[in-house]
Amino acid sequence: MSDLLAARSQMAVSLAFHIIFAVVGIGMPVLMVIAERRWQKTGDAIHLDLAKRWSKGTAILFAVGAVSGTVLSFELGLLWPGFMELAGGIIGMPFSLEGFAFFTEAIFLGIYLYGWDRISPRSHLWAGVAVAVSGAASGIFVVTANSWMNSPAGFELVDGKIVNIDPIAAMLNPMAFQQTLHMTLAAYTATGFAVAGIHAFLLLFDRENAFHRRALSAALILGVPAAVLQPISGDISARSVAAWQPVKLAAMEAHFETTARAPLTIGGFPDMETGEVRYAIKIPYGLSLLAFHDPNAVVRGLEEFPREDWPNVPIVHIAFQIMVALGTYLALLSLWIAWRALRRKDLCSSRWLLRAIALAAPMGFIAIEAGWTVTEVGRQPWIIQGVMRTADAVTPMPGLVVPFLLFTLLYCFLAVIVAWLLYRQIIRSPKSSDWSRVYRASPAHHA
Amino acid sequence: MPEIGLPDVLAAILALSLNAYVLFGGADFGGGVWDLLASGPRRGRQREVIAHAIGPIWEANHVWLILAIVLTFTCFPSVYARLGTVLHIPLTLMLVGIVLRGSAFTFRTYDSQHDATQRRWGRIFASASVITPVLLGVSIGAVASGRVGSALKGTFSDQYISPWLTPFALSVGLLTLTLFAFLAAVFLTLETKDRDLCEDFRRRALWCGVAVFFASALVLLLSGDAAPLVRAGLTRSQWALPLHLATGVSAIAVLAALWHRRYRLARLAVGLQVSLIFWGWPLAQYPFLLPPDFTIAGTAAPDSTLRLTLIVLAVGGAILLPSLWYLFQVFKTTPADPQRPAAQP
Repeated sequence: MSDLLAARSQMAVSLAFHIIFAVVGIGMPVLMVIAERRWQKTGDAIHLDLAKRWSKGTAILFAVGAVSGTVLSFELGLLWPGFMELAGGIIGMPFSLEGFAFFTEAIFLGIYLYGWDRISPRSHLWAGVAVAVSGAASGIFVVTANSWMNSPAGFELVDGKIVNIDPIAAMLNPMAFQQTLHMTLAAYTATGFAVAGIHAFLLLFDRENAFHRRALSAALILGVPAAVLQPISGDISARSVAAWQPVKLAAMEAHFETTARAPLTIGGFPDMETGEVRYAIKIPYGLSLLAFHDPNAVVRGLEEFPREDWPNVPIVHIAFQIMVALGTYLALLSLWIAWRALRRKDLCSSRWLLRAIALAAPMGFIAIEAGWTVTEVGRQPWIIQGVMRTADAVTPMPGLVVPFLLFTLLYCFLAVIVAWLLYRQIIRSPKSSDWSRVYRASPAHHA
Repeated sequence: MPEIGLPDVLAAILALSLNAYVLFGGADFGGGVWDLLASGPRRGRQREVIAHAIGPIWEANHVWLILAIVLTFTCFPSVYARLGTVLHIPLTLMLVGIVLRGSAFTFRTYDSQHDATQRRWGRIFASASVITPVLLGVSIGAVASGRVGSALKGTFSDQYISPWLTPFALSVGLLTLTLFAFLAAVFLTLETKDRDLCEDFRRRALWCGVAVFFASALVLLLSGDAAPLVRAGLTRSQWALPLHLATGVSAIAVLAALWHRRYRLARLAVGLQVSLIFWGWPLAQYPFLLPPDFTIAGTAAPDSTLRLTLIVLAVGGAILLPSLWYLFQVFKTTPADPQRPAAQP
């Protein structure tokens, strides 16, 4: 394994691991706030129990997210000193803002988790709101820095030297809005459906369980609107990729030849020798329509770009197919849920719907991993699109396979433990035979 | 003395955020040290007090480090690149320590309360709390010795190991660990209403205060050959004598306050003492960030970046400082003794 590949793999493992916890840190506080607010409004103690259980799960996930995020902020320098030396002064600002947002999130999460008996219910709810808002803000700032790598702005390159740095223009780079919108919606969709999926699965065996019913409803309030909006945001994102990273778009679509009225390629495996996509479904005019909203638009194919500037086409294409397929499933499922909810039908009376929601539990997270694969692998061989190659950014230190293996092992170990701890939280959830006894005994029930 | 410019202001803020990390994050690591060294008949209760003291605040305290990192790469990008290159190995190991400390602590809180499980997570949490400060100190020592900032050449070992594997850097690692443990022991005296437990921490703090003296002396002794810039700063500059006097006075104040069981006073004085010891380092190597080649002015990002960073710091600080004050108000004005729930009917 070359040092460059080891460094890229370590970064990939670290990002893939961290993003799950980062996303949970954005989504879960919203669910806790919904449950706590419902408890304060109705006095129904099950909502309180829900908020407390969710906050325990969030505490575990947030801690792992905080430490794995620290690893990333160091890895930028440990693995990519060339990149940081060039880019630090340009994109440091969103990172500084993220630092403060994360600080606020950590402070109020501490207050939220440990302050149940120490502050008033009103302050406690507001602490939860502060966690939710700062969590979303911190995600937005970090993605802004990433979108700068895709559509660099706010500086001039004169003889290989960076001059005229404008950090605000860098932060408001051309793809910032599209990417942050897409990621924020993805975080809410993934968290909402992961939680909804787990409780829908449990409801399949215990349909009257009030605990799971309330959990399902809160989780869907978060997940359904986000999943419905996500295809629109995806369309906006795809058009910005077409405009700023045509090679990436061509790789996503495995679009080899430049053509007008380009078809949309669904599925299939790109054959790099012949430039054909085997076993794919082609929808006429589809790609021209999606990328430029014009059926006759010319879409540039990979052939227009030098071979050394191509990303790994099969990986990017397949990852993109996975993301779109899962996103489509979640959007259609959400429409089904919304339709039933609008007609005021009990969601739990349809076993097929519960099964479909249970099946969706991992999908948002898989879609996020696939989407980030598209973003990051699709930008290769550049670390900053058109400005700096990844190979020129990597640390000169040899033997990078060692830290790569070290962090991979560490993260596998943590993943197993976290999964086990969350499973413990779930298997301990109250059965419907218990909860009536538990909650009737609680004084809050009479309040 | 040269004129103070915008880069100097940001370097000072960078040092301030590291100072805050040492005081707050450091005390959390120190708590882990005392978890490892818990002993005597109240061993279990000592660990409970430590866990309740750091539980609500360690994540927030940890962000001071992230703030320092972000300020480094935003305002002094080439310094960050050099740090990440030369100190790759100790920083990577420190990260492993940070990851294991935080996650093991959380896992212990939320995993089964069986003794064996609790002990297993406790051991990981406590050992990581010992190793991480040492590696942080070693990295600081390597910077101060001037071996990170000089040109990269030679074998793998010359470039990536010998700059930090020196007696001087290791002595700074030891001093860091001792300071963190000292801070924690003093802070912990205020975290319990139980008089015996309080005495346990008071005794530890007194011994540790003496250990700090010896560890500092060792660092100063070894600095002669290894870190001439620091040595010169700490012995010959015009601020050296006032700094040593102030440090000495605050050190005596901590020990006297502990002796007379004036714990709130001891907490204030120990914060002052540790900060003064910390500031000896940046003051001694001013105007260098990484001596001998990387100066503050020479490595600073353009003024447009620095000015904006300053604005971000002002706005962020306006949100952050009241929030932090609130956090400590909620959890640190009364002892964190675990509230034992009344027996269930």
